[in-house]
Amino acid sequence: MKKEIIIAGFGGQGVLSMGKILAYSGLMEDKEVTWMPAYGPEQRGGTANVTVIISEEKISSPILNAYDVVIALNQQSLDKFECKVKPGGILIYDNYGIHHAPTRTDINVYNVAAMDASLEMQNSKSYNMIILGALLKVCPVVTLESVLLGLKKSLPERHHHLIPMNEQAILKGMELIK
Amino acid sequence: MEKEIRLMKGNEALAMAAIRYGADAYFGYPITPQSEVLETLMAEQPWETTGMVVLQAESEVSSINMVYGAAAAGKVVLTSSSSPGISLMCEGLSYIAASELPALVINVMRGGPGLGTIQPSQADYFQATKGGGHGDYHFIVLAPSSVQEMCDFVGLGWDLAFKYRTPAMILADGVVGQMMEKVVLPPQRPRHTDEEVRQRCPWAAMGRTPDRGRNVVTSLELDSAKMEVNNERFQATYRQIEANEVRFETYGTEDCDYLIVAFGSIARISQKAVELARKEGIKIGIIRPITLWPFPHDEVKRLASKSKGVLVVELNAGQMIEDVRLAVNGTVKVEHYGRLGGIVPTPDEILDAFKEKIYQK
Repeated sequence: MKKEIIIAGFGGQGVLSMGKILAYSGLMEDKEVTWMPAYGPEQRGGTANVTVIISEEKISSPILNAYDVVIALNQQSLDKFECKVKPGGILIYDNYGIHHAPTRTDINVYNVAAMDASLEMQNSKSYNMIILGALLKVCPVVTLESVLLGLKKSLPERHHHLIPMNEQAILKGMELIK
Repeated sequence: MEKEIRLMKGNEALAMAAIRYGADAYFGYPITPQSEVLETLMAEQPWETTGMVVLQAESEVSSINMVYGAAAAGKVVLTSSSSPGISLMCEGLSYIAASELPALVINVMRGGPGLGTIQPSQADYFQATKGGGHGDYHFIVLAPSSVQEMCDFVGLGWDLAFKYRTPAMILADGVVGQMMEKVVLPPQRPRHTDEEVRQRCPWAAMGRTPDRGRNVVTSLELDSAKMEVNNERFQATYRQIEANEVRFETYGTEDCDYLIVAFGSIARISQKAVELARKEGIKIGIIRPITLWPFPHDEVKRLASKSKGVLVVELNAGQMIEDVRLAVNGTVKVEHYGRLGGIVPTPDEILDAFKEKIYQK
């Protein structure tokens, strides 16, 4: 099974680090992974995106024109990437700050109120982990155990006390998917 | 020993590989998209563990001349930069080649010409394979397409550089530099002791010993007759490298009707285009030159001769295509698809270009 995912949003929303955690989790399951960020001027202009591919087999292109899963966390990203979900694929977005909701009917669309949830948890930094939880619920590309193991491996020890908070946020994100 | 698997950016893998393969020194100056090489080395502080020197020079000109000096002493040395910085190093590269010294130079290419852009490019193919600096010289050019190859080619580059006493270059692009993939790091290779350097580099200028004359490292020879002999020796080495060190990889060439030639990250994007094409029943194969110099002329010629057409895909306006056309020598149609200035094509754009330029229904 190969999953081709793009995560796009504002810089600072944790788009790149969420992709990194996903890639680490794939590594924990001994899968092939590729993490390809947009590193150019668009990153400096406010929007950021990262392509993450997790596969049982060797991965060819790190650059794609269609995705199994698109996670779009602002209006520009939604406008740009809604059309790039493969038919039958998944689109995850957060309605917060969105003026034009997605319109496609040939894909599975999930509105995840992660911003509201992170405010409720009084921790805006949990935002990307809530989204990750939602992803794991609708598309279990890696297990929760692998994510936690990946966090442990990738974070320096002085940040390990934050892992339970991240786990909570992931579980919250899973709950948000009805 | 358990394999050490890490998730890393290509640039970080270059830095880790340099330490692991027993580098004596890195000299460099930061430039996007390869600044993580110097950053990672500074964070790893190898001077505390292996004794490797890591120095940010005041410019690329200084960096390459520090490399020249260290190489002359038989040291395992490297520098890295991106396109405009490599242009500054070309004089030094010519001197290092003419002095028959081993060194590793990494170019993580960005869009040019001039200061250009920080986005990926392959527009330094001519510079890397045809010279860059002045005079009749070549160096070995390795083109990685994965983070693992970024790591492996550091060791391979030095092995070849020392074997033939010539500089080697890793010619990567911003995609391979910036993406993260799984990488198996090599075990720590110890740095060579002075005694080992004297053994393996009897030419090294590291202090005269009573049993031999003075070692002089220079590219200058005012006597033309002697300079011609020097040049003939360089050329003989190049012929040996051409005979022994050609490397390439193929995909789907067993049953293909058409051929794509591409290197570095673009070979992988092209591979996806080939996967898409095969779903439509169009059989394309890919040859990915790993050594850009020496170029795999014979294999390109062999595969092209059984194809109905060849598409060369590059992030430039048409550079490697000249070597492909020389190899094919007019027997098959060879067309080019390139994106410029830092734009990277998607797999379906490559497939569309193939259909427009090569495919006959």
